[in-house]
Amino acid sequence: MTDILNGLVHLTSMLILPGLAYGSQLALGALGVTLIFGVLRFSSFAHAEGLSLGTALTILITLWLQGMGVSLGVLPTALLGMLLAMPLLALVFIGTDRALYRHFRRINARPEVFMIVSAGVMLIMNGVIRLVIGTDGRDFEDGERFIVTARGFRDWSGLAEPLVLKTSQMLTIGLAVLAMACLFRFLNRTRAGRSMRAYADNRNLALLSGVDPDRIVRLTWVLVAVLSVLAGVLFGLDKGYRPFVYQQLLLPMFAAAVVGGLGSPVGAVVGSMIVAFSELALTFAWKKALTYLLPAGLAPDGMMQLLSTEYKFAVSFLILVIVLLVRPAGLYGKAAR
Amino acid sequence: MNRTALLYAAMAAVLLAVGLLQSWQLALTIFNLCVISAVMSLGVNVQWGVAGMFNVGTMGSAAVGGLAVVLVSAPPVGAAWEAGGTGLLAAGAVLLGTAVAVSVLWRRLSGLPVTRGLAVTVTAIAGILVAQGWFLPATAAIEAVDAASAGYLGGLGLPVALSWGVGGLLAALVAWPIGRLTAGLRSDYLAVATFGISEIILAVLRNEEWLARGVKNVTGLPRPVPYEADLQSAPWAQQIADWLGWPLRDTASVLVKLAYAAWFLAVLLAIWWALERLARAPWGRMMRAIRDNEEAARAMGKDVARRHLQAFVLGSAIVGIGGAMLVTLDGQFTAGSYQPLRFTFLIWVMVIIGGSGNHRGAIFGGFLIWFVWVQAETAGLWLAATGAALLSPENPLRLALEQGPAQLRYVVMGLILVLVMRFAPRGLIPEATPEAPK
Repeated sequence: MTDILNGLVHLTSMLILPGLAYGSQLALGALGVTLIFGVLRFSSFAHAEGLSLGTALTILITLWLQGMGVSLGVLPTALLGMLLAMPLLALVFIGTDRALYRHFRRINARPEVFMIVSAGVMLIMNGVIRLVIGTDGRDFEDGERFIVTARGFRDWSGLAEPLVLKTSQMLTIGLAVLAMACLFRFLNRTRAGRSMRAYADNRNLALLSGVDPDRIVRLTWVLVAVLSVLAGVLFGLDKGYRPFVYQQLLLPMFAAAVVGGLGSPVGAVVGSMIVAFSELALTFAWKKALTYLLPAGLAPDGMMQLLSTEYKFAVSFLILVIVLLVRPAGLYGKAAR
Repeated sequence: MNRTALLYAAMAAVLLAVGLLQSWQLALTIFNLCVISAVMSLGVNVQWGVAGMFNVGTMGSAAVGGLAVVLVSAPPVGAAWEAGGTGLLAAGAVLLGTAVAVSVLWRRLSGLPVTRGLAVTVTAIAGILVAQGWFLPATAAIEAVDAASAGYLGGLGLPVALSWGVGGLLAALVAWPIGRLTAGLRSDYLAVATFGISEIILAVLRNEEWLARGVKNVTGLPRPVPYEADLQSAPWAQQIADWLGWPLRDTASVLVKLAYAAWFLAVLLAIWWALERLARAPWGRMMRAIRDNEEAARAMGKDVARRHLQAFVLGSAIVGIGGAMLVTLDGQFTAGSYQPLRFTFLIWVMVIIGGSGNHRGAIFGGFLIWFVWVQAETAGLWLAATGAALLSPENPLRLALEQGPAQLRYVVMGLILVLVMRFAPRGLIPEATPEAPK
């Protein structure tokens, strides 16, 4: 019995909680990918840099706030800084749209052209981020770091395996659920959200019904900015901010959005959880968990790790390939051709 | 035509100016890399300019081409083969068997989705775990063989120039399944899939030390040209040095770079000639027709997916050749040096600014952008040094200026890309449709 409890605690602490947190961070990012795709009809290669820029802005604002003596007590100050970074990032996005994407919408350019332009935006943002905040990693989490510490849990439960719950994990899961609830409510219940969906669904029909396209586009970028800052900051609180690592989030976010079906918000969330848990489960060393959970005679000898952790983003790609082979439109998507 | 000639003449003049004002070695170094960039740019141009496909995996093709140099020309490490060769082959056989079993199960159980999913998953996991039983000890043994200088299987020890063709072939081999997978799907999928595969290729190259030493780098690869030290002792090199009035060492270095330039230029011209032929052939006209109006071409009975696959594989192969030449020029394979910004998006800037669809434009773009890329840092450093000298050492602006130039290059490249797309989408040397044969 203790063995089984130990095994479950081990799995919760090392696999389920990190997976939920990472999945939520990805979901916030993938929702941005899918919103841009749905409304603006292209995959933005600048999206990961958007997360990165939002986080960099938050860090700078947080440093400024901390300099003035502002603190949220047990919670990280970045939560406050984040609120100021969101409108800034929204301005950056809307400005980029005005300067570039709008022109290509007007001339009805092919999606590839949008992608190339977004790659240019990515290069610019990447350079600007490195200029502003440098290339080094930054840890900007303050306040109480753990809700449940390893020692505290062990003393309380008497089990050999510790359970660790980081503040950043709890915040991530809580804020992500809240943000998604608000987003889905907005898309389904409000007039603006419904006209946005109508525009994504059938542009001409929406225009005929009097939907203002410029307003929809602006609204989309504001939503994408809010989601990007949230995703970036929560990821940074959890794992530290490094511009290089943020670039590598692009593939898992794309994979999540494709798995769910490009343009489908529900799909983005489901896809993110699939990608996050597959990544962790395939690179997880199952030896300890299996030793606890299996009868004594069956305990494995090896690490029981299917892939080394260096290949964790290969998992996103693997899932992507399977989806493209089996169901190119994704779980909730429409036509893929 | 006038404009093309003018631009090329200007580029030549700028390179000559570098030779006269800075040094001939630098000018030739830049020139050689310009030629290699032009080859890669031609590859991307076949995909984007000719076929209208957005491939974001150029880095992967270049790296695979580079790997070919190691596999073909590096001396074989017999001890490593003895230590782990059998184990590695056994692991490979197990994985192959697993793949076959999975695909058979997939076909046989098509009526039972749950059973099928379960059977396939269990087979795959079991296969991987069994293969690991061979793979992990074998690679550990290989990596332990003379770890400081070898620790990998080595290559075949063949002449290095052979590896360029092999590099193109390998890159094509990798590109083919990706092209098959995304053929007929919306362009976003090709972009995402190529982006993914290039990252995975690099992850493999960085981590699998038994293959090409991972981030420990393979150095001292053979060269298709003589070594500087050998030239310095050759009497004819001495004569040239005397005639030019240069030190012998500089003369030898310039001669070696000229030899490289001759090799690379020959490859570039051969590829360019072949592509020009192709553009005028029925295949080229068909590709343009597909690019400009896919629906109409399909209605005319053209197999769009198949043509796209051809262009994709051909373009990737050309990039692979460029990647192999780059590693040959460096004389070393450094897996850590491949970054998407440098090997994918920079090449894209070259194609876009040169004039997509026009091979002369793509070559010019390769030259221009590589030159700007290299010299922007020099110019930026100089500017920063001048500007920084006026500020106190602790001034944050000075610190930003000093580390700025290297990052500023990305901003400049991004700006060039979006500005060209916005204001001159046809590039500096726009595509001119060749006349149809009468």
